[in-house]
Amino acid sequence: MRKNAGPLPSGRGFRFHFLPRGWPDRRCAGTMALLELCGARRGRRPGWAAPAVGGARSSDLGHYGFSARARELAFPRAVQPAEFSAPPGGDGERNVRIELAHGTTTLAFKFQHGVIVAVDSRATAGSYISTVGINKVIEINPYLLGTMSGCAADCQYWERLLAKECRLYYLRNGERISVSAASKLLANMVSQYRGLGLSMGSMICGWDKKGPGLYYVNEEGTRLSGHLFSTGSGNTYAYGVLDSGHRPDLSPEEAYDLGRRAVVYATHRDSYSGGVVNMYHMKEDGWVKVESTDVSDLLYQYQEASQ
Amino acid sequence: MASRYDRAITVFSPDGHLFQVEYAQEAVKKGSTVVGIRGTNIVVLGVEKKSVAKLQDERTVRKICALDDHVCMAFAGLTADARVIINRAQVECQSHKLTVEDSVTIEYITRFIATLKQKYTQSNGRRPFGISALIVGFDDDGIPRLYQTDPSGTYHAWKANAIGRSAKTVREFLEKNYSEDAVSNDSEAIKLAIRALLEVVQSGGKNIELAIIRRNQPLKAFTNPSLCGYLEVLRSLHRPIFSDFAIRRNT
Repeated sequence: MRKNAGPLPSGRGFRFHFLPRGWPDRRCAGTMALLELCGARRGRRPGWAAPAVGGARSSDLGHYGFSARARELAFPRAVQPAEFSAPPGGDGERNVRIELAHGTTTLAFKFQHGVIVAVDSRATAGSYISTVGINKVIEINPYLLGTMSGCAADCQYWERLLAKECRLYYLRNGERISVSAASKLLANMVSQYRGLGLSMGSMICGWDKKGPGLYYVNEEGTRLSGHLFSTGSGNTYAYGVLDSGHRPDLSPEEAYDLGRRAVVYATHRDSYSGGVVNMYHMKEDGWVKVESTDVSDLLYQYQEASQ
Repeated sequence: MASRYDRAITVFSPDGHLFQVEYAQEAVKKGSTVVGIRGTNIVVLGVEKKSVAKLQDERTVRKICALDDHVCMAFAGLTADARVIINRAQVECQSHKLTVEDSVTIEYITRFIATLKQKYTQSNGRRPFGISALIVGFDDDGIPRLYQTDPSGTYHAWKANAIGRSAKTVREFLEKNYSEDAVSNDSEAIKLAIRALLEVVQSGGKNIELAIIRRNQPLKAFTNPSLCGYLEVLRSLHRPIFSDFAIRRNT
């Protein structure tokens, strides 16, 4: 087994990459049997033992577990991962005041013609705006969208992994995955890393056999089905606008306007949100990207209209 | 020549056979007969029950098992192997329900069982499962299905099929007598299953066990069935008459 590599700086934080724990089981089943035959001693860790049929590691029929049973990453054993990965300046333990704030405003709501998804496009590191035009919506397939808020790296990684699993599901079963199953897969994947410092608030939206679907999933493994969600540092402002304007019988134009206004007013008050409003409409035959409009332009429009 | 190639099943013979898999299929041919029929609104499984010893409790011999509310399976071959597969399939049905929030489709669970069987034909130190299974049920979309798996890990969909002892005879009977019209009526489908089994079952009535699933209804099992209507049919066919009948519902 290869030695642990040194720290690899990657973007927002340090992540140690080791061989996944499942590696000996998956690759060496044949070698395990041979070792058993020769009477070789089993390894010192339970992870080395040859898996029994349908054993706990379920390396046999791994794909039926949607890869959720096998960890993709591993953590060093001697370290308290949550403490280690926590951003500095947390509890005043050290005199460091770097805030790795994860600002954003994303929202999604159901109405009679489907689901509207609207997000801003600002990425920040503390008070520094690192990206003006980031894409916070991942297009998993023509019938599924995922939004991202929280740690950009976590969101991108796990949602792209989700996209892979959704594609594999389609290839294996000949039909598209349901929204409830996709959100469940994401929730199961991240809940294995609960307490280890992930930060992700995501909404999975889609249209499947059961109709329009909207689920909120976060890094703790919370998974909620609902009609209206907003996440990120600007969510309170967005909720104000959404709650006052939302009705199930909105027309598409009214719904676009509602989503637009919610994001614009949230970006107006929340300094960690801004950029453009990216809006998608999930319909029965798939999603369409409605628009990508600059929030400042929209704000001036609204102010002029009210005068 | 064959004996040199059946120690470790991972080896092919020079002419491309996996002998252990073929021997497993021989084991299946020794098992008691199972017939499966896919009707328009009903799926039927019928098994020949081997006669049990006098002191043995008949109820502990179960050849037909429910994998979930809407799927059931019957097997021919080694009972112990079947028990392992049934356990794994039952767990997978619930696992699927938990992860995907939907019941398994019949094709999915058949594919799972077939994949499991195939894994055992390609690992050293393991022998193949010595069973063929008939898996029946209704999918969420209301379409009835019947699938058969065999020890090699292949699976196919069938309109009607038989496995086990004298499967060939029963299959020929079915080929002559099966038609979409014949099975559009539920009771006709059940009668067809009984008649097919009676082709090969030795002493007639007492040794037949039946299970049916109707659309949106749970599995219903008949042991020593009380098939009042079918009695008339069978009498008219000059078959041995059933006796000691009782319907037993499966929970």
